[in-house]
Amino acid sequence: MEKSYKEKAVKKSFWKTRKGQQLLTMGMFLVIPLTLLVVFTYYPFAEMVKFSFYKMKYSTPVDKRVFVGFQNYIDVFKRDDCFGALRLSLYYMVGALIQLVLALYFATILSFKAKGGNLFKGLMFFPYLINGIAIGFIFKFFYTRGFVLDTVLHVLGASYENLPYWLKDQNINNWSLVATSVWRYFGQNMVLFIGAIMSVDDTLYEAAALDGANKPQIFKHIILPSIKTIVTLNVILSITGSLSSFEQPYVITNGANGTGTYFVIMNEIAHVSQKVGLASAMAVVLLLIIFVCTILQKLFFKYVFREAKD
Amino acid sequence: MAEKNMTVLNYIQKIVITFLKYASLLLMGTMCLLPLVSCLITAFKTETEYKSTNVMTLPGSFLNFDNFIKAFKLANMGRAFLNSVIVMVVVLVISVIIGTQLAYVLTRFSFFGNQIIRSMYLFASLLPSVAMQVTVYNIMSGLHLVNHLYGYIIMMCGTDVISIYIFIQFMENISTSLDESAVIDGASYFKIYWQILFPLLKPAIVTACILKGVSVYNEYYCANLYLQSKELHTMSTSLYTFVGPMGSQYNLICAGVIISFTPALIVFILCQKQIYSGIAAGAVKG
Repeated sequence: MEKSYKEKAVKKSFWKTRKGQQLLTMGMFLVIPLTLLVVFTYYPFAEMVKFSFYKMKYSTPVDKRVFVGFQNYIDVFKRDDCFGALRLSLYYMVGALIQLVLALYFATILSFKAKGGNLFKGLMFFPYLINGIAIGFIFKFFYTRGFVLDTVLHVLGASYENLPYWLKDQNINNWSLVATSVWRYFGQNMVLFIGAIMSVDDTLYEAAALDGANKPQIFKHIILPSIKTIVTLNVILSITGSLSSFEQPYVITNGANGTGTYFVIMNEIAHVSQKVGLASAMAVVLLLIIFVCTILQKLFFKYVFREAKD
Repeated sequence: MAEKNMTVLNYIQKIVITFLKYASLLLMGTMCLLPLVSCLITAFKTETEYKSTNVMTLPGSFLNFDNFIKAFKLANMGRAFLNSVIVMVVVLVISVIIGTQLAYVLTRFSFFGNQIIRSMYLFASLLPSVAMQVTVYNIMSGLHLVNHLYGYIIMMCGTDVISIYIFIQFMENISTSLDESAVIDGASYFKIYWQILFPLLKPAIVTACILKGVSVYNEYYCANLYLQSKELHTMSTSLYTFVGPMGSQYNLICAGVIISFTPALIVFILCQKQIYSGIAAGAVKG
């Protein structure tokens, strides 16, 4: 408001003034990122909401698109391959919890002196740096009948007849995929927690050691309280992450045999069957769910922090 | 007496804990390594070896690089690596420049809309990228950006929120008194940004480059969607060559997989410390 008034008052020398310089810098620095943000996030988002009310393909010309109202949304909830796929997220949530516990455990061990600690840390972290497609091949190979996992279990005493088909058997295949997800991401979680544990004041550990506290006590009374925030944050993030789990089923099984998570199905509906309207509606529904989860987590955090202050 | 009992107990407890500690480390270490080692073993096997021996049997020779050479040629991985490097370098440079500039404006100038822009980025971070591609695809083809390296690069720069957060957070911790004294000395805003703040942001830039670099190098979903012609394959999508008719020649596939993550492995070994601290720093944003 001040700017525009000034703009008119001192027209000629305006761009030389501080205010003018500031505006100029702002314009120069903001135009590219904001354009990108609008073109690749907000415009597609608006389009998505619009498409979700139409029956259309990518190639359908604008005037041939059929407005169907809320039909796509009704379909999302009616078709059992759409909304029902969300129940697969439960597997991934369980996996995420296991992953956090493992990460926390190994982070605690590796934050203190351990022989070969750096090597173990590296081994556990490295899977995070492998690209998704490679992961897909590695685990297709790993789980194939008679290959890596079967051989190892055979050596350990299991007979081949009793072993399931890890990626086909519907009782187990989702767990197989969740395991790869844990394999891939737990190291990253662990490194994160190690960072948090390392930032705890060293004198606290020394004092505890002087008082004769043992490892579990140190963990419970010193480590856990000081990394509570980051752990809680990760627990909550894993919920939204599980809802949108996509990579492992996409690259390993391509959603076959009942492993299609919500996004795998959505991807197929969008890019293979080209039901863009339905896919958009699916995306919007999940976005709303994620949005609600995020608001709940914000409230939860507020509550937790108020508790902590009291 | 009681005291002595305590020390014996303590001693036993210590041994048990140490044993459990190393046992669990070894177990987990093995589990992390097993899929990769099996891949490595298989990659060195000849066709006949692969067909006749068990997957975990060691190959006749660890100097048999035939599979690697064949996989490298077949998937055109030299070109793919070049593409990946080009994409990564350009994306990193552009996102560092626009990210730091954006952070500079948002943390140093108070103006109407500052909070709105921040909220816009926050909301953008909630949108899962796979879901967005349903319509981004439409836009990309409308702008004729599909099947061009630069199109993919522009898109990758546009969908970046994490590094912006890192820059904002870091910039907020740099005292504004620096800017103020520079203003008194008559420095322009651009000069303040470029000559004073940008050099100070170095740790944040390293962090952002590591996080972004990993995700760009490994990105395959959009690369597959927007870089369809074979010469445009990146390191990760070049592996798609092995899908289909070669789908069961795992000696070849494993070699390809190993080639694809070797650059990451080398960088990891060289910059372990920076990568770890980058990961840890990137998570603090909340």
